[in-house]
Amino acid sequence: MIPLGHYLIVSAILFALGTAGVFLRRNLITILLSIEIMLNAVNLTFVAFGRFAGSVDGQIITFFVITVAAAEAAVGLALIIALFRHRESLNPDTFTNLKW
Amino acid sequence: MDLRLVIQLVVIGLTFFMLINASALLVLAERKIMGFMQQRYGPYLVGPHGALQPLADILKLLFKEELRPKGADKWLFTLAPILSVTAAFAAFATVPWGAQTTLFGLLDTPIKLGVADVNVGLLVIFAITSMGVYGIVLAGWSSNSKYSLFGGLRASAQMISYELSYATSLAAVVMLAGSLSVREIVDSQAGSWFGILSHWWIFVQPVGFIVYAIAGVAETNRAPFDFPEAEQELVAGYNTEYSSVRFALFPQAEYINMTTMSAVATDLYLGGWHGLLPIRTPIDPLIEQYGLGWLVFLAKVSGFLFFYIWMRWTLPRYRYDQLMHFGWKVLLPVSVVNLIATAGIWLYFNG
Amino acid sequence: MAETLIFYVLSAVAILASVLVIGQRNPMYSVLMLVLSFAAVAGLFIQLDAPFLAVALMIVYAGAIMVLFLFVVMLLNAATEDHASWDQTHPLRHPAVTRFGTVFALLLVLELAYALLRGNDLNQPVGSQATPQVVGSVRELGRVLFTDYVFAFEATSLLILVAMVGAVTMARREGEQR
Repeated sequence: MIPLGHYLIVSAILFALGTAGVFLRRNLITILLSIEIMLNAVNLTFVAFGRFAGSVDGQIITFFVITVAAAEAAVGLALIIALFRHRESLNPDTFTNLKW
Repeated sequence: MDLRLVIQLVVIGLTFFMLINASALLVLAERKIMGFMQQRYGPYLVGPHGALQPLADILKLLFKEELRPKGADKWLFTLAPILSVTAAFAAFATVPWGAQTTLFGLLDTPIKLGVADVNVGLLVIFAITSMGVYGIVLAGWSSNSKYSLFGGLRASAQMISYELSYATSLAAVVMLAGSLSVREIVDSQAGSWFGILSHWWIFVQPVGFIVYAIAGVAETNRAPFDFPEAEQELVAGYNTEYSSVRFALFPQAEYINMTTMSAVATDLYLGGWHGLLPIRTPIDPLIEQYGLGWLVFLAKVSGFLFFYIWMRWTLPRYRYDQLMHFGWKVLLPVSVVNLIATAGIWLYFNG
Repeated sequence: MAETLIFYVLSAVAILASVLVIGQRNPMYSVLMLVLSFAAVAGLFIQLDAPFLAVALMIVYAGAIMVLFLFVVMLLNAATEDHASWDQTHPLRHPAVTRFGTVFALLLVLELAYALLRGNDLNQPVGSQATPQVVGSVRELGRVLFTDYVFAFEATSLLILVAMVGAVTMARREGEQR
């Protein structure tokens, strides 16, 4: 049997990678992908704790996280398409004006 | 070595062998039926009545030169057909194709005919078939050709749109059978109503079955929904730049996907290995007694595949905007209403 | 033994794939690596007796959301960032602002490590508490979801509706009347 801590360590590494991606990358699509990595790391923590506690509550929270992630991806991608039409770029540094 | 393990491995190997042959036989069947429908012979030179034509086709493709366009993505161009055909084979893993059998008393406990029996089997089939999109989309993108790119774009939009109605129509059957395991769904269709009509879900879910059949055709990119490879508009769509073995893998994946779709339709709506005809016949008990259910299953799948090919050579292709219109504004509402109505009626009788 | 091995292989795949998501320039490869990472995490879910969730993760994430990402990458024709812009925007050659981000990311790693080290029952095996029949059953999952969490479930449906309308509105071209 694998100790609970191992799942948490994997999840922490994934979460840190996601954070690093959001901070470091300068491409809107990659930033959205990094957010998905972070959400997925949290999912892993919830499922591991849920299994540890012997209840399905952890899985249900994960279920909601997946749903919210789907909504987030749809809105995020729509935003990216709208922004790309204006600036022909995916670099967030080009979107610094409040009005154009 | 354990006899049971050996037999299970033989069953798995047999399933794989049948799928490979299904794709070869479907090529022949398609050309023969097409010829028949267009009042000509179809292939007739290789072997008796052209029976060895698939072999000749495969040999021809094997000896062709493998081309890769300049500017194509080296890795993804090779990966795409492999991904496509792997997903097609893997999707069949949780499709059962025969009742439990002891092989005429050879085994102590009965063995299940099928690769694996998982308690969320239907969802596994669904998850793996949705992986098949990647093969087509990546083939379209990695070729670095505008026709291929359009084919890939169309494939991704089409398959996401029709997956919804497809899954919603399956959900109604899952609700009626009370299980996500395909084997349990099949076994919920044993017996008959009033001793006459076979206890198949198609009689309870006629709307669901029609939605499933249409969405299934769109999922496998077959005519009249074959937009990703529409010849008149996109040359050959996502596989324009492919040749030789890499090209051969795409039609193979398509034919195996067709087989999986037909097998799932048979398992979920047409009773699987229970009952040869919609009406109970005197031979039904004999089939169960001698364990010949898998022949019944094969007959039903072949019938459904014939329907597939028949449709391809009868109906003209839709227009792309009509396809999206039909998927979102007709098929999805119909399947959702069907699901809600099924739930309501089920609650009224069993709640 | 086999279980431990599978755990380490899947974890390694998940982590390596995630590194590659943020570590190279081609957005197409990033999306595909993320799909691989999700597949590995779905494998971990199966090991945690959550097969339904594993399959749901594959259907929703890999089957739908990631195809949407691929669609957008192809639609925008967002090619590989060329060397010049990669150099220009690379965090390690950038002014102090992005280095702040690096520092914060490292701080987060330290914090997570600290939290992990303080935990009490981290060495207990995961499956010690309950029988897998309860945790792994779809029936139980559905029962709890539609009784205890029914309000959250309905709220999610509203959220999806809002997201759908928002996405359609934003992605529409300005002045387009349909």
